[in-house]
Amino acid sequence: MGTKQSVFRGRFGRSARAGAIAMVLAIVVGACGGGDSGGGAVESEDPIKITLHDWTGQLLSSNLMAAVLEEAGYNVELVQADYLAQFAGLETGDLTLAMEIWATTGQEALEASLATGKTLNYGETGMVAREEWWYPEYMKERCPGLPDWEALKKCSAEFATAETAPKGRYLGGPVTWGGFDEERVDALGLDFDVVHAGTDAALFAELEAAYERKDPIMLWIYQPHWAPVKYKGEFVEFPPYSTECYNDPASGLTAKAYDCGKPVGPIWKAGWAGIGEKWPRAKTIIESFTLNNDEMGAMVAKVDLDGETLEAVVDQWMTENESRWKAWIGA
Amino acid sequence: MSTRNDSPVGSSGNLRSISRRLGGAWPWFVGLFVTAVLAATSDDVASRRGWVWWRDYPEGWVRSPADVISRATKWLVNEATFGLFSFTQFTRAISFVIERPYGWARAILVDGFMDGVGRRADQIVPPLSWIAVIVLVAALGRHASNRRLAVLIAALFAYLAVFGQWASAMVTLSSMVIAVPIGVAIGLGLGIASYRSARVERLSTPVLDLMQTIPTFAYLVPILFFFGFGPVAALFATIIYAMPPMARITTLSLRGVPSDIKDFGEMIGCSTRQMTWRVLVPTAKAGLMVGVNQVIMLSLNMVIIASMIGAGGLGFDVLESLRRLDIGRGLEAGLAIVALAIALDRLSQAYAVRDTGAVRASRRASLVVGAVVVATFALGYVIEAVRNYPASLGVTSGSFWDDLISWINVNYYDTLEAIKLFVLDGFMLPVKRLFLATPWWWWVVGLGAVGWALGRVRLAITVMSLTAFIALVGLWEFAMFTVYLCSVSVIVAMLIGVPLGVWAAHNERASRVIGVVIDTLQTLPSFVYLIPVVMLFRVGDFTAFIAIVLYALAPAVRYTWHGIREIDAQVVEAATVSGCTPRQLLTRVKLPLALPEILLGLNQTIMLALSMLVITALVGTRDLGQEVYVALVKASTGRGIVAGLCIAFIAIVADRLIAAAARSARERYRPEQV
Repeated sequence: MGTKQSVFRGRFGRSARAGAIAMVLAIVVGACGGGDSGGGAVESEDPIKITLHDWTGQLLSSNLMAAVLEEAGYNVELVQADYLAQFAGLETGDLTLAMEIWATTGQEALEASLATGKTLNYGETGMVAREEWWYPEYMKERCPGLPDWEALKKCSAEFATAETAPKGRYLGGPVTWGGFDEERVDALGLDFDVVHAGTDAALFAELEAAYERKDPIMLWIYQPHWAPVKYKGEFVEFPPYSTECYNDPASGLTAKAYDCGKPVGPIWKAGWAGIGEKWPRAKTIIESFTLNNDEMGAMVAKVDLDGETLEAVVDQWMTENESRWKAWIGA
Repeated sequence: MSTRNDSPVGSSGNLRSISRRLGGAWPWFVGLFVTAVLAATSDDVASRRGWVWWRDYPEGWVRSPADVISRATKWLVNEATFGLFSFTQFTRAISFVIERPYGWARAILVDGFMDGVGRRADQIVPPLSWIAVIVLVAALGRHASNRRLAVLIAALFAYLAVFGQWASAMVTLSSMVIAVPIGVAIGLGLGIASYRSARVERLSTPVLDLMQTIPTFAYLVPILFFFGFGPVAALFATIIYAMPPMARITTLSLRGVPSDIKDFGEMIGCSTRQMTWRVLVPTAKAGLMVGVNQVIMLSLNMVIIASMIGAGGLGFDVLESLRRLDIGRGLEAGLAIVALAIALDRLSQAYAVRDTGAVRASRRASLVVGAVVVATFALGYVIEAVRNYPASLGVTSGSFWDDLISWINVNYYDTLEAIKLFVLDGFMLPVKRLFLATPWWWWVVGLGAVGWALGRVRLAITVMSLTAFIALVGLWEFAMFTVYLCSVSVIVAMLIGVPLGVWAAHNERASRVIGVVIDTLQTLPSFVYLIPVVMLFRVGDFTAFIAIVLYALAPAVRYTWHGIREIDAQVVEAATVSGCTPRQLLTRVKLPLALPEILLGLNQTIMLALSMLVITALVGTRDLGQEVYVALVKASTGRGIVAGLCIAFIAIVADRLIAAAARSARERYRPEQV
């Protein structure tokens, strides 16, 4: 800090002096802070940079992780970064930690990045991602037999819109989420057209509008998310996922691959490989951090449906779960 | 045809134009006929004869440079070196240099000066109070023009405070404070260099073309690699997008400096440097300020995209609210962007026309502003409301907008659905089928022929090679989808926009309302109305179509309006005296005379429609925009840039052809201006 300031000494004498004062203050505050946390000194004052993405659950888990690390005395910075583009930053150490890499959507990118040796998988968050075809409860009357997928063979027309009739319409996620829905429709012989929403927001905008009108809709929903909390409905039950079903056409019900549901998988924590070296104690804290689906679902609903602020929800969790996070930081 | 006697060009020009028109028309009909026949038969030919290449560009012929570009970027990031330091170190140094002033701007406006790093740092000096900022901008308004402007700007900033957008708006403002001067400086430098050297201009023109037409998403990935994750990368993307108009306008307005002023400069023995900075730049100031204004507006257009890679601010609020389907909040944040845009636009325009001779003694004003800054700073420690606008006094539209949308949704859905199907079946889908069924090689040949008709060999070669490139890289089908979506949107935007422009030119009151509406449509982030449109029309082509029409409407209106107002009053008078009815006056005199401007408007409408594609990709269209977007999230540099180049090439083909058409229209109707 001192050297950076001295560059400006000539023209910015005043700011240099302010810098010096700030430095003294930093030392004092730092010393006090260390005493407060009771967690012992930290190995590096550099901020641990945790990435933020564009869904509430992820913002919550990142903020919780940040709060826990701060209790342990670390400096944390939260940085906006794209879900898949962030790996480039994690590999160089520009970014430190990504709190939610879903096995369902990010596995491929995660594995590619791990292969470079510059990132590490810091374990499961304890939450399980579920993504599947979903319908509102009122559709059960129009298509009896649901949630079993066989029912869809008979009443695909119930899900039709003017553009897709007589076929049913299935609103899939953004193309980037993958999901193999075209293949699934083909393999299981379902009479559905797959339409892709470009973003998460567009996906739920359609659900909201259809739900208000009690209009037919079948779409991709994922959990943990506020939608299954707000709207009553169910996931379709497809034949259970297996790796063979995706890779081997012969296995499963039909002679085609993808004749089963989507995988259910853990949500991973992943980050720069240098964490253990730079902040050894933080590494163990990060590895011990876990949440579960119910907790997360409830917190997401508080923020997105009840309009509570993210900070308030994080604070509340921190007070209610003091013994849990204290165990993680070893205090 | 005899009524064309009232044509302003006179009877001999009239005859020529008629013969040229008839003579020029038949190849177009033949061309359209061949297109229709080819489109109708291409499926047959492809399947019966097995000539798949007849209709679709064969996959085996695809040669895409995507991998090469990806590898080149990797090499630049990981290995390239200048000897003493590597390329990445060089770019990181630049981003470090920019990060500093950005940090200060943020400290002054939002964060305050902090001690320590990370989130727990303590504030030693608070940021400027909201009261101080409002007084400051009002004083700037007073300084630039008059009290009315001061009140307007203060009111716009007060909106930010009252509607709870203050902190985010200041984040956005601090990135503007950094991005705009850098964009202006680079643009000015490039513009001056192009003015001085023809070679620089020849090199920079195509680069500027590409900078303006390649969608931002295409180069976001390499920017993230080079400049790191965070606000600086977003600043760079903003500068790349917003700088080109400044460079162009600089060159243009330096050329426009009257030659006697230049002669005078030379006579008194100015050096090149003195000539530039003491003579040319001050004389061209009004033109240059138009460039500054464009940089500001385009930078604000970027806030949504910049927020996707970490710029935060109002753009982030818009995205975040809409993800929760909180349309009211999203609209409020969107309108905050509009408010900032209007304030900065009016301020920069006022400075552009300000009479520099009449600078009033502003010492007293500076004293007042200084006193307010100090007073609010001190009071801020005592009274919380001075430091932060009290949330309890905040206003919000609450659930009004959400209720409105859901009311429309429940009560009028069937009507909307019927309209949508009518437009889809009657207009959009036939066009789509025509475009997708026409053989690819016919597009190359046909566009080449159009190019030859309008601009001879050079234009034909340019157009054909750019079109062939798209086929060569294997993105033909995506490109056709793009062209289809843009064409239908542009046609409708012109059908709505030109009459509105005519109306605005004839009716003062209408012009005021229309002006406000199109200003808002252009600065309000399209994402704000995209989500309600999805709720009412579902994901699909029609939704994208509406969003593009709304966004691309503005230039169609504005250029028509401008073109008609610029018509020589004497011509109109002559036509009236010779007995034209108002209808004849419009269709036989005004519209033909305004044709070059209207064509320019068409050109700009196409550019805006193409730039909307990336946004409509967010509601799931399957065009080049989607390809670019997919590349962004997969961090695949080469793929994004190739798709981006295809969009740019479509834009350049359209631009060159229309420019040539406008030139020939001008020759026909206004020979004196050629």
